[in-house]
Amino acid sequence: MAHGPAKGFTRWLYTTNHKDIGSMYLWFSFAMFLLGGVFALVIRAELFEPGLQIVEPELFNQMTTMHGLVMVFGAVMPAFVGLANWMIPMMIGAPDMALPRMNNWSFWILPFAFAMMTSTLFMEGGAPNFGWTFYAPLSTTYAPPSVTFFIFAVHIMGASSIMGAINIIATIMNMRAPGMTYMKMPLFVWTWFITAYLLIAVMPVLAGVVTMMLFDIHFGTSFFDAAGGGDPVLFQHVFWFFGHPEVYIMILPAFGIVSAIIPTFARKPLFGYSSMVYATASIAFLSFVVWAHHMFTVGMPLAGELAFMYMTMLIAVPTGVKVFNWVTTMFKGSMTFETPMLFSIAFVILFTIGGFSGLMLAIAPADFQYHDTYFVVAHFHYVLVPGAIFSITAGVYYWLPKWCGNMYNETMGKTHFWTAFIGLNLTFFPMHFAGLSGMPRRIPDYNMMFADWNMISSVGAFLFGAAQILFLFNVIATIRGGKKATDEVWENPEGLEWTVASPAPYHTFSKPPQVS
Amino acid sequence: MSSNQDNTVEHEEYYVPEQSKLPIFASIGLFLTVWGAANWLNGDANGPMYFFAGSLMFAFVLWNWFSIVISENIQGLNSPQLKKSYVIGMAWFIFSEVMFFAAFFGALFYVRSLAGPWLAGEGEQGLGNDLIWPGYEHEWPVMTTPDMAANGDSATMRGPEQNMSNPGLANWLGWLPFWNTAILLTSSVTCHIAHGALKKDNRRQFNIWLGLTVLLGIAFIILQIEEYVHAYNEMGLTLESGIYGATFFLLTGFHGAHVTLGTFMLLVMFLRSVLKGHFKSDDHFGFESASWYWHFVDVVWVGLFLYVYVFG
Repeated sequence: MAHGPAKGFTRWLYTTNHKDIGSMYLWFSFAMFLLGGVFALVIRAELFEPGLQIVEPELFNQMTTMHGLVMVFGAVMPAFVGLANWMIPMMIGAPDMALPRMNNWSFWILPFAFAMMTSTLFMEGGAPNFGWTFYAPLSTTYAPPSVTFFIFAVHIMGASSIMGAINIIATIMNMRAPGMTYMKMPLFVWTWFITAYLLIAVMPVLAGVVTMMLFDIHFGTSFFDAAGGGDPVLFQHVFWFFGHPEVYIMILPAFGIVSAIIPTFARKPLFGYSSMVYATASIAFLSFVVWAHHMFTVGMPLAGELAFMYMTMLIAVPTGVKVFNWVTTMFKGSMTFETPMLFSIAFVILFTIGGFSGLMLAIAPADFQYHDTYFVVAHFHYVLVPGAIFSITAGVYYWLPKWCGNMYNETMGKTHFWTAFIGLNLTFFPMHFAGLSGMPRRIPDYNMMFADWNMISSVGAFLFGAAQILFLFNVIATIRGGKKATDEVWENPEGLEWTVASPAPYHTFSKPPQVS
Repeated sequence: MSSNQDNTVEHEEYYVPEQSKLPIFASIGLFLTVWGAANWLNGDANGPMYFFAGSLMFAFVLWNWFSIVISENIQGLNSPQLKKSYVIGMAWFIFSEVMFFAAFFGALFYVRSLAGPWLAGEGEQGLGNDLIWPGYEHEWPVMTTPDMAANGDSATMRGPEQNMSNPGLANWLGWLPFWNTAILLTSSVTCHIAHGALKKDNRRQFNIWLGLTVLLGIAFIILQIEEYVHAYNEMGLTLESGIYGATFFLLTGFHGAHVTLGTFMLLVMFLRSVLKGHFKSDDHFGFESASWYWHFVDVVWVGLFLYVYVFG
């Protein structure tokens, strides 16, 4: 076994080291975050004022589609996998991931998949333009030819996700240090364990639905065509059977991250550890039986509407348990507000706002009003931006000193936080009002009455974008130098990762640590 | 792996592979394959070239990958812990395959039991029937598509002329799907017997029963091809035969592809045993994972036989 990283560029191509692979995932994810961000800024620039200024409607549709696809599959999911790669082996006292070569393969599929997806922008007929949910028949009968490339890109990134998930499951089941029982695992490990099961359960369903699209487009089947006895709504059912667990794939690891950070800076152990585990499992279970709440207005039987409505509202219970536990952890704690903690507290507050608007959307009769408006856009951006993105950012600030051995610049970190915090609220809060007063989503032009809200949103979006440049700068500066971090980094943080040197050695544990 | 093994020992024997060129080349091969397939489907003349070059490269890398894994095990590099990781990996891979089939079974149930009746005007959801598809009545298999019911001869989405459904118990002996079921179920048993023989270190019995399993697998594939040829040439049943043709061919087609892969896996195991003398009575996960896969395709077939053929 080599004792340090190999030299040169091939280190990254041929590596089997979980830290190298984790870093590649994180950098890839950040690149995709910037790319998806540029798409978002094109959208916001066009919507700055009513009327058509900057892009044609056709390109606008491509921007909304590519923004969603790149952010979901390129930015958020790989970022969590990157954190999993870096942290899970260290947290459970393992030498590496269980299947190191497959680990590298899971990563290297992604750049190819996204190169293929992004190349559609330059193809005849343009990129996919049917929204990230790619509803049939928009994505079949009326799709541009590039949809075929989109389908195959989804296929191979799905393969990457499934292999990544299998690796995480094998690592957690099989590689824990002696004494690291399941109920002693850090919550980040637990939430990823459950997320990995969601991934292997639903990524194949996504593969199934894009396969049906492929056959409808190229081989004359009629899955999504009522003329042949199929049904376009079938697409929505199969897609959302994947899609709803997918949104929890993008949030459960986030729960794990803030559950690690809040106790450290509140200087109290996490309140209600076991209830956190059970709540996560309950949320994951419920995610399989609520999918049709995305399609209340499509024309389902009343019994279906009611069942999906009540099941959806039930999710508020385990989620409420989690929010309660985080708040209670902070209660009477001796709190300090370093950058990771600021992002985590903002997570708790803003994610809860997103959760509440989700509860409003869950009410089937009310949803008839909200459906396909900017209220929905506001809702899912509140759970994804201060939810997934803020937690990833918090995690990066929290563990970065452990990764590279240097402390980041706290002032710059806090500036990043406040800029991003103000930027995102300016961007997404007004969308609630625009949506409630009837502004539809996915349109390049709108009624004059929505002009003020949209102008505020656009200003906020550019502010949020600028904040990310500061983040990039801060991270690079930290990697290149800065104050040396201690092994513990923070004050008495909990977890095996803080027992090893900073920066963490290339192979963390040569001997398994004993967990008492 | 025995559960009373000392944990500490396992961990100290953990084997982290050296750097590997396999993943990056596997990624390039996979990318060229799908890039070529997409170009091919979109009518680009270079598509097939990329597709075949990529497939060859991908197959070559996978072949090497498996060879390396096998030789590592033979050299004794694999700790009990790593072996267990392979076991967990295979088990959850099969679960992901189950979910892939679940998507198609789900589509079948939804169309057959919910969407079909609604198209035919049943209940509140059926309000559009008179306006869009007047005259459509739902039956399964869908022989007369909504398009045919509403537009008669000018319909473009047409149903099959005949279907593959149950001809009645009395006629089962002349019904190909019944024989296919018998073949596949038998092959699961022979595969299991082979496994038992291997555990008892009876090499000759192992080779015979495994060889028999491979032959049954090949027989199944041949009969399935025969059924498809018959469907296309004589029954007017194609991929384009409305929703029945779509669900029939995708379900049985993906199953057939999995049987083909499973047969190939078992054939490789057979050749490894016969030519190279691989596998020990207590160390044969390569064979075991192939047999798991085989039992899995068998179980999927039982589902297909019931829901596509018998109650079709």
